[in-house]
Amino acid sequence: MTRSKAPARGLSDMPESGFRPDLVAIGFFLVVALVFYGSLLWTGYLSLTNSRLIPSYEIVGFDQFARLVATPRWRTACVNLVILGAFGIAGSLALGTLLAILLDRDVRAEGLLRSIFLHPLALSLVITGLAWRWLLDPVTGIQSVLRGLGWSSFHLDWLADPDTAIYALVVASIWRSSGLVMIIMLAGLRGVDTDIWKAIRLEGIPLWRAYAQIVLPSLKLTIASCIILLMADVVRSYDLVIALTKGGPGFSTDLPAKFAVDHFFGRANIGLASAASVVILGFVASLLVPYLLIQRKGRA
Amino acid sequence: MTRTSDRERRRDPARIALYVFLLASAAFFLLPVVVVVLNSLKTMDEIRQGSLLALPASPTFDFWRIAWSSACSGIECRGISPGLFNSIKIAVPAVFLSVLVGALNGYALSQWKRPAADRIMLAITFGLFVPYQCMMYPTIVLARTGGLFGTYPGIVLIHVVYGIPYTTLLFRNFYAGLPDELTKAARIEGASFLQTFGHVMLPLSVNMLVVVGVLQFTGIWNDYFLGFIFAGNENAPMTVQLNNLVNNTRGEVAINVNMAATILTALPTLLVYLLSGRYFVRGIAAGAVKG
Repeated sequence: MTRSKAPARGLSDMPESGFRPDLVAIGFFLVVALVFYGSLLWTGYLSLTNSRLIPSYEIVGFDQFARLVATPRWRTACVNLVILGAFGIAGSLALGTLLAILLDRDVRAEGLLRSIFLHPLALSLVITGLAWRWLLDPVTGIQSVLRGLGWSSFHLDWLADPDTAIYALVVASIWRSSGLVMIIMLAGLRGVDTDIWKAIRLEGIPLWRAYAQIVLPSLKLTIASCIILLMADVVRSYDLVIALTKGGPGFSTDLPAKFAVDHFFGRANIGLASAASVVILGFVASLLVPYLLIQRKGRA
Repeated sequence: MTRTSDRERRRDPARIALYVFLLASAAFFLLPVVVVVLNSLKTMDEIRQGSLLALPASPTFDFWRIAWSSACSGIECRGISPGLFNSIKIAVPAVFLSVLVGALNGYALSQWKRPAADRIMLAITFGLFVPYQCMMYPTIVLARTGGLFGTYPGIVLIHVVYGIPYTTLLFRNFYAGLPDELTKAARIEGASFLQTFGHVMLPLSVNMLVVVGVLQFTGIWNDYFLGFIFAGNENAPMTVQLNNLVNNTRGEVAINVNMAATILTALPTLLVYLLSGRYFVRGIAAGAVKG
């Protein structure tokens, strides 16, 4: 980005050779434009039609959006997205940042601990979902383990209750994403100017205050990009729900992306599914503005 | 840094609390793996009577064998092994092609010094954020028109195309950070763009090729959604077959077999993760702190 333009202009005086990066870049861009943007526009168009099993191209306006808002299952899905977003992201951010700070305190076996905290990222979300399904199963899981140890009043049966099943997804997503936050924050912490640390030590500022008031605020761009990254992941959550709860009990753990897929395929309601997709895209688009701002600031 | 002596630190209660918390966290992160491995080695009777955390009385790999070759998913009882071969068949060419496409496109965008290139890069970057579910339907219609839907080339191609934003971004940033003199020297000798890329830049990018390759392999191997929608029954990857196997409702639920199948599915990416640790971390960091 910061490269000067002068040498490039100098080279353009050379005899026209076969050096044409523009052709390659345009070629690939056409593929992306067709598959990504073309599909999005098409989906947008379908959301304005009354397509059911077969796509129809007759525009009926915003009927599908009205129908969507009136669908209880969709509203549940959106509430779940907020719960998963709020608690899942807050949890991953808190745990990941704490782990990064602790690992940065010059601990033994840092490499091993880092590998342990990060390994969920190497696993399929299907595996994450299945493993937590077994762990949180009231009959065979953690509940029965602790009751077996004599804690007979212990309760951990979130999966069986429609009101609490979504928190199983929260736990699984914290388990998965904390390592990501840890590795990004650790890189950020290691980049903090040593002069800042010298000043902190000279002033005799207690460690917790140093982190809360000086070090972490200086990493706010890093934290913000973690949040955007995690939000983008939450919005597209599909595999995890399928494996952990299948959206149940009932539709209590449904999420927008799953709602859209189910209506495109199983329920053959293309219009409604397209409207849901457009709303999901709206969620994603709202992440782009802060993302661009961070990029610009990061560059400056 | 001036450091307090080791002995002093060992007695510091804050230091002890730090280690206690780190070890507790490690236990939390390892819990799923430990439970799944332990119980894949037990008989169903033992699982029913004992605790999930109990060590197997007489560990056996019998259930791994069943998971591998004879467990039922749907009407078929061939275990998870066909899924493994499908996943290899899909992941190997898809990773190879997607790394190559990303490198080529990333290099092109780093060398095309016009504002249009930056705008195209931005438009491609936005693709990173788009949930696949939102563009699925038209993509399927498109693929069906080309005769690719539910076929082996189809699932490979969709991984490559959907991977373009991510791989392009990583490689563009990498190539933009290399000195321009390399490219200039090749151009002065009259090399074409593809020659410069293939003979000069690619050999210089081995590290980055591995970084992106490791990440794409993990992503493609672990994918469920695209495999479920796009691959067709015959080419269903391991993740899809695992989910079918676990949700198979016929007969007695054999958690031990299901857990063994889960480990078998997790092993390839876990191995890649353990063997390539530094590359994996670099890829994550580079993909995360974009720009």
